[in-house]
Amino acid sequence: MKVSLGRYVPAKSLFHLADPRTKIIWTIVMMVFVLMCRNWIEYTIAGVFIVGCFIASRISFKFILQSLRPILVILIITSLFNFLFYHGAHVAFFIGSKPIYFESISMSIKTVLRVTMLVVSASLLTYTSTPVAITDGLESLMRPLTVLHVPVHEIALMMSIALRFIPTFADETDKIIKAQAARGAEFDSGNVFKKIKSYIPVLIPLFIAAFRSAEEMSTAMEARCYRGGKGRTRYKVLKFSASDVIITVLTVIFFTSIILLHIYIRKDISVSHIFINNF
Amino acid sequence: MSILVKNLKHTYMRKTPFEKDALKGISLEIKKGEFVAIIGHTGSGKSTLLQHFNGLLLPTDGEICIDGERITKKNLLSIRRKVGFVFQYPEHQLFEDTVYKDIAFGLKRFKLTDEEVRERVLYASKLVGLDERLFERSVFELSGGEKRRVAVCGVLVSNPSYLILDEPASGLDSKGKRDMLALLQKLNESGVTVILVSHSMDDVAEVAGRVIVMKDGAVVLDGTPLEVFSQRDYLSSLDLDIPEVTRMFMDFADRSGLDIPVVIKKQEGVALIRQLIAEGRLLK
Repeated sequence: MKVSLGRYVPAKSLFHLADPRTKIIWTIVMMVFVLMCRNWIEYTIAGVFIVGCFIASRISFKFILQSLRPILVILIITSLFNFLFYHGAHVAFFIGSKPIYFESISMSIKTVLRVTMLVVSASLLTYTSTPVAITDGLESLMRPLTVLHVPVHEIALMMSIALRFIPTFADETDKIIKAQAARGAEFDSGNVFKKIKSYIPVLIPLFIAAFRSAEEMSTAMEARCYRGGKGRTRYKVLKFSASDVIITVLTVIFFTSIILLHIYIRKDISVSHIFINNF
Repeated sequence: MSILVKNLKHTYMRKTPFEKDALKGISLEIKKGEFVAIIGHTGSGKSTLLQHFNGLLLPTDGEICIDGERITKKNLLSIRRKVGFVFQYPEHQLFEDTVYKDIAFGLKRFKLTDEEVRERVLYASKLVGLDERLFERSVFELSGGEKRRVAVCGVLVSNPSYLILDEPASGLDSKGKRDMLALLQKLNESGVTVILVSHSMDDVAEVAGRVIVMKDGAVVLDGTPLEVFSQRDYLSSLDLDIPEVTRMFMDFADRSGLDIPVVIKKQEGVALIRQLIAEGRLLK
């Protein structure tokens, strides 16, 4: 199966060694700031920082491209809409009788950048940490919510089970597709409805397999005396290490630079202004 | 008329950190009417090889020809009509609400009339010994042996000339196992080429006419069951067993000093003991 979003790629790097909690917070910070970016200076800083982090994580460029493949359509559509329908003040050229503005060009590029950076920073988390580490990190970060009677452990358990079974069901799907293809199922022919219908022979065995695994798993957990999160100790205790300090310091620098830029450069420096000043 | 494999190589997850060479250049020919068993330790590449025979996997390098027709992306459907494939777990393919519909599923591609479909289903279910009374039952109410038989039946309706099975007898009770092996022998006698993967050397010795031994993605032994199972030490170096009865008679020969031939089938063993008694060699 070619599911790359949310797949751990083993390697030894700054990011792989870091505590999942650091990486989760890093991802959230990145997302917030990518969404806050307004002008090209801020975009450049965010871009350079994210690219730098990716280089530090030693994940190959091919994987980054793979993580973008599922959102390619969204990227194209959003940038196209921005390009055609965003209204600005400075007309760049006409398509037919429709004016295209400098602002809309700059906006569509920004949108692509923004979505790309969001996905890339999220995939950095999943490429460098195992699903188990991510859920452990989330559980630890959400622990304060237990005061509000949020079932943090149960949520984390559900997430880790769901994550754990993604590859299992991906393999299972692969086998079922093969088994059905071997006895004459065709998946790629006919119109859309026919194609959807042709997946019924895959979905039903898959659902049955899912129910069966759920049942087996709950039996296995009971047999090992699982009784919820209370008083459970951990085999892998999360620890804050040197790489966490490095990532944190860098993120804080990034964070402050963006905040400062936000405060001091109020005016939007967009492509249109640069263009207009030059012409 | 044969399956011809030429220098077949297969690499999983190419160009990723997970890259793995599953098959490292395999060449062999399986002639029409043969009964071939492929054995090997887990991870030796047997299932990968098997899946190439009907184009479920395509070669990374090398080629496979079925009756002279090279398998490519374009002729998969016609190849799959000729080469039936039964997976290890029937749960992977049973999905219709009744047994009858499930068996008939593979016939959809042939555009037959209801009458012709019924004829074919009846023929195939008779072949596998499936009770007609089960036709209207749900596939999920069946026993393990019945499910497996429905799965085989669902492949046989297309009337393939090659039948490939991954562990057809594993997980069945002893009667289910005997029936399954008898069915495969019967199919083979009727002209179907049978290729199977099995971990049970006893089963292999009983039914196969040719045994292919694999190790690390390569074929290391290829011969009759007698030739292959005579090489006890080599097989055990591959973590493979020999049939119970073979081991028993080899031990017996070692301890008694009697000169007895290699035995691979239980019936041969019985016959051999009778012969030894008749010749008076056992009384010493």
